[in-house]
Amino acid sequence: MEAAHSLIETEPLVMPGKTYADVNNDVCKPLESFPKGKWYFCFTIAVMCFAVGVTLGVRLFQRGIGVWGLNHPVGWAIDITNFVFWIGIGHAGTLISAILFLFRQKWRTAINRSAEAMTIFAVMAAGMWPLIHTGRPWLAAFWLFPYPNQRELWVNFRSPLLWDVFAVSTYFTISLLFWYIGLIPDIASVRDRAKNKIRKVIYTILSFGWRGQGSHWNHYEMVYMILAGISTPLVLSVHSIVSFDFAVAIMPGWHTTIFPPYFVAGAVFSGFAMVLTLLIIIREVFNFKPYITMGHLEKMNKIMLLTGMIVGYAYILEFFIAWYSGSPSERAIFVNRATGPFAWAYWIMMTCNVITPQIFWFKNLRRSIPVMFIASLIINIGMWFERFVIIVTTLHRDFLPSSWDAYIPSLTDWGMTLGSFGFFFTVFLLFCRVLPTICMFEVKSVMKH
Amino acid sequence: MSTEKGLLAIFDCPDKLLEAVKKLRAAQYKKLETYTPFPIHGMEHALGLSRSWIPWVTFVMAMVGMTVAFGFETWTSAFDWPINIGGKPFISWPAFIPITFELAILLGGISTVVTLFYAIKLPCYKFKVLDERLTNDKFAVFICATDAQFDRERISSLMGESQVEEIKSID
Repeated sequence: MEAAHSLIETEPLVMPGKTYADVNNDVCKPLESFPKGKWYFCFTIAVMCFAVGVTLGVRLFQRGIGVWGLNHPVGWAIDITNFVFWIGIGHAGTLISAILFLFRQKWRTAINRSAEAMTIFAVMAAGMWPLIHTGRPWLAAFWLFPYPNQRELWVNFRSPLLWDVFAVSTYFTISLLFWYIGLIPDIASVRDRAKNKIRKVIYTILSFGWRGQGSHWNHYEMVYMILAGISTPLVLSVHSIVSFDFAVAIMPGWHTTIFPPYFVAGAVFSGFAMVLTLLIIIREVFNFKPYITMGHLEKMNKIMLLTGMIVGYAYILEFFIAWYSGSPSERAIFVNRATGPFAWAYWIMMTCNVITPQIFWFKNLRRSIPVMFIASLIINIGMWFERFVIIVTTLHRDFLPSSWDAYIPSLTDWGMTLGSFGFFFTVFLLFCRVLPTICMFEVKSVMKH
Repeated sequence: MSTEKGLLAIFDCPDKLLEAVKKLRAAQYKKLETYTPFPIHGMEHALGLSRSWIPWVTFVMAMVGMTVAFGFETWTSAFDWPINIGGKPFISWPAFIPITFELAILLGGISTVVTLFYAIKLPCYKFKVLDERLTNDKFAVFICATDAQFDRERISSLMGESQVEEIKSID
């Protein structure tokens, strides 16, 4: 095995010269020292954005959904765009944790912890939107969950909107469990390093008493593999079910069987872009360059190139099928996307998603931090607009021309979108200070000693 | 280990620990436990541990989840209060599949995690940490004093052959 391995020249997963103890020291440092100016700066901005969202949200609940730009026929716009966007972001975390694990890709070990955390926070950010968009979220639980009641009413199990409830709840629960199980040995490491009494107590409780016994690792590894194994079909099914929100409807531009694989590929694409943005910042701020190496980032760029091309292929195929089908409404919708009132959003989407990832064919661009950072931001903007284009262009011009109307997002729409980003970054930044952002035990198991 | 009295042999490298465990097992020591910061490839085999039985629980509970989900959907939609929605049949099984699948996974996943905690008997805060470096960069094997072969000199010499760093006595 050794001989075969050395034939393929691979970069080391951890910079040479690091010992096991270094891993613990380096990764736990942000937990054990006071944050520096950089962290406070980012945190303040994030909290301010979140505060904007909360303020506007309170106003929304007081006055109703009318504060958004919604009308007839555009009953969904920014709300559902954000929902799909954030769920999509979450999928990259699960892919890195679960799918790369099943493919035995050792390089995932430096990035899976922050990616999984990103998933949890992204799903939280996503889950708010279906609740908020009901206008009266305090009633939402009654509408969504099948609980026995005096009216003997049940929910409609045949509706994709309800499938979403189960899919997203399951996704959140399983991702949380997977993340926490993965954290236990690392929390034990933090516990054993803790000098402060209160820290020791808190991390002792959180560690569940883990001590790294061989008999325990035996069961642990099996459970890790099981969770990875069930998370994989879960991630594929969740975004497929989210795509069914559109595909099951009969609207032109929505009612197409390409949606499930197209959405899943798009989710992985935008999710990796977000992970990349976060990792580039983390490795800089916390000095994790020996662990999150250029090799890791390059591999992620390759995955973005691949999924970006799948998404690009789906765009072209949709167009082709719209023409090939001969359906006048299908053809009209696609011409409308490219040339109608929302063409600006459409062309943002096309340049950001189809053209931008192509730069990653070139090795020097794949390995350049400024290039990949800007590319990841551009890709996320493009993917946000993709969902916006899908939802709004189909809704604002449906089958009946007399129903057509213009749609203009209001300031509340944009403000609450900003708020969801604020929420996401706030909780992520807090996570970075209290839990190890790199999976120490997995990195140690793949590094040379 | 219910009685935690014995010897803890600490190594600085997983390979040395693996070698030491194999030697101990060859010398008929049965009451062994390893303490490592990460799982070591080959250690379960060296310790004589059999494959974890947890996947069976996952499978059974996933099947239960699937059945409960499909059964509930069918009962509410076809028997308790059937409503004609879009002309779909009352037992519209294709439409029931997404939730069936999700609940299978949910129940399978939750039961797997709960079973893990049952199998490894955690959370448990009774036992103290034997050495703080064992979740960092040291690897150890604990030989319980109640083992039939327990003999301090013999253990020390066996561990010495595998370049043990330190042998701690745990009382």
